Amino acid sequence: MANGRIAEFEKDIAELEQQIARLQVLAEQRGLDVADEIRILEQKLARLKEAAFRNLTAIERVQLARHPKRPYTLDYIARAFTDFIELAGDRAYRNDEAIVGGWARLEGRTVMVIGHQKGRDMKENLRRNFGMPHPEGYRKALRLMKLAEKFGHPVVTLIDTPGAYPGIGAEERGQAEAIARNLREMAALRVPLVSVVIGEGGSGGALALGVTDRILMFENSIYSVISPEGCAAILWKTAEARDKAAEALKLTAPDLAALGVVDEVIPEPLGGAHSDWDGAAQALRAALCRHLDELERLPVDELRQRRWQKFEAMGEWRVAGAAAS
Amino acid sequence: MSWFRKPERKLKAEEKRELPADVFEKCPRCGEILYRARLEQNLNVCPSCGFHLRLSAGGYVALLLDEGTFEERDGDLRSGDPLKFTDLKPYPQRLEAAERRPGSFGDAVVTGTGRLEGIGVCLAVMDFEFIGGSMGSVVGEKIARIGLVALERRQPLIVVSASGGARMQEGILSLMQMAKTSAVLARLHEARIPYISVLTNPTTGGVTASYAMLGDVNLAEPGALIGFAGPRVIEQTIKQALPEGFQRSEFLLEHGMVDAIVDRRELKRTIARLLRHMLGLPEAVAAGRTVDTAQAVGAGGEGAAPAGKDRAAD
Repeated sequence: MANGRIAEFEKDIAELEQQIARLQVLAEQRGLDVADEIRILEQKLARLKEAAFRNLTAIERVQLARHPKRPYTLDYIARAFTDFIELAGDRAYRNDEAIVGGWARLEGRTVMVIGHQKGRDMKENLRRNFGMPHPEGYRKALRLMKLAEKFGHPVVTLIDTPGAYPGIGAEERGQAEAIARNLREMAALRVPLVSVVIGEGGSGGALALGVTDRILMFENSIYSVISPEGCAAILWKTAEARDKAAEALKLTAPDLAALGVVDEVIPEPLGGAHSDWDGAAQALRAALCRHLDELERLPVDELRQRRWQKFEAMGEWRVAGAAAS
Repeated sequence: MSWFRKPERKLKAEEKRELPADVFEKCPRCGEILYRARLEQNLNVCPSCGFHLRLSAGGYVALLLDEGTFEERDGDLRSGDPLKFTDLKPYPQRLEAAERRPGSFGDAVVTGTGRLEGIGVCLAVMDFEFIGGSMGSVVGEKIARIGLVALERRQPLIVVSASGGARMQEGILSLMQMAKTSAVLARLHEARIPYISVLTNPTTGGVTASYAMLGDVNLAEPGALIGFAGPRVIEQTIKQALPEGFQRSEFLLEHGMVDAIVDRRELKRTIARLLRHMLGLPEAVAAGRTVDTAQAVGAGGEGAAPAGKDRAAD
């Protein structure tokens, strides 16, 4: 749930939006010309949104990334893609609904689209396990990626998970092995891969869909090795330090672009992706098409070579006695 | 009795307590008081109950490689502070403290080349004493580099893991080391170069969810904690106590996640036998074996297949 400063702003924004809507209805009913008044109110609304979304703190971005009205994978698939056919199951144990995937078209071209799927309400969340996959979810994802490879189509993944589920069944069925295998197999896949963090990029559970030629992030999404809450509890020994941990972890899209991990930050409509699903989906489609166009031109050996170099270059170290690399 | 003597006795007891700390160690499982020199000779395996106490990273190098063959690589790599991370302490201070500890290899892994029963191998051993064996950029880089050496030389890779997971102080860069190391393993896999992963107590988090689980053969030491999520996190999530033996090596063997549980005293010989199979080499001659297993005196497993033996013991 969004809270703090964002929630305050959102309340004000919602009030103003209602005011404009009421005015429009009133004008229509009585045949009045209120264009000027509406323009003034809309300007005020834009200023309010700008003020709210300029200089967001790390924890505010975390809240936006987890916003309950944010578009999820299937919302993007419905808007940015066409001709989607969902494919289910890992062919070994069960169909994990915390991950969805299937064939779809992106401006005509066939891609395999795979993503974490959160639930919109409690009932759906029980089915989707709040977007926290079990091993069978990752194995389904890998099956679909191999299918894409078999028929020579690119893979698009949408990342949005608090993390891989930490439970007894998940451990019994090899959560670690399922994630590890995806990392290795994605690194070797002979078709282009693009991942987009659309909301929460929660650690290994996110990375298991993230070993890709390009890594994109929505402006208000996050990607982190651990949740700010978890990090605060371990390193600061108190959950109260959540805001500090969020800041220290450098988990926002601009931070990650500065660290060289993310290839492109996709700007969100003013007011955040949750305020304009269509606008966000449009931005997603445009970015994906651009990157796929570039990647599909590369011969497969060069594509893989570049992918390996990309990940091999990640990290920062120094040689003892010398300056940082 | 006579309470006049009490201060005297106290003094004596203190003297006694100081001495044993260096000379004796108590087995955490059976409680046996062990003579430290004898314990070390037995590779830190309790001679009484077989419990595997922690062995240092340097200890594994000595255990696995033929004497005098180890050549360390990248021993001069040190962590940077890419995030300028400060929690209760600045990250560089934590690094300095870890590095000052005797036996440190500069970060949480030591890598190099050497011979194992005469077979040229590339080896990485994680050091749990260095910030909980956590994987940051240096761990990922050293493992990736030794993997590339294995690829170039077409020599088998052996990684001995012991880790609490990713190093939070390096944020996303630590997470990306999982991808980096797995990408190198993908290349080894395609080149059909053997990779043996040895999981020791404890191996959890990002290390388990990357190279530790990707062995052509995964070997676990007895009783090691191995998992993705730590037991505390799972307990907090599901709000119930975990079953006895959960996430221990024996549990992983039962659930098909490791190939075998191998007693530390049999580890070198087992790896050598596996490598000879995978590399298409003939079985070792008896004479060679005698020399190589000389250090595993007291193992009591002569001639027996270690994996089969351990399975039977379950």
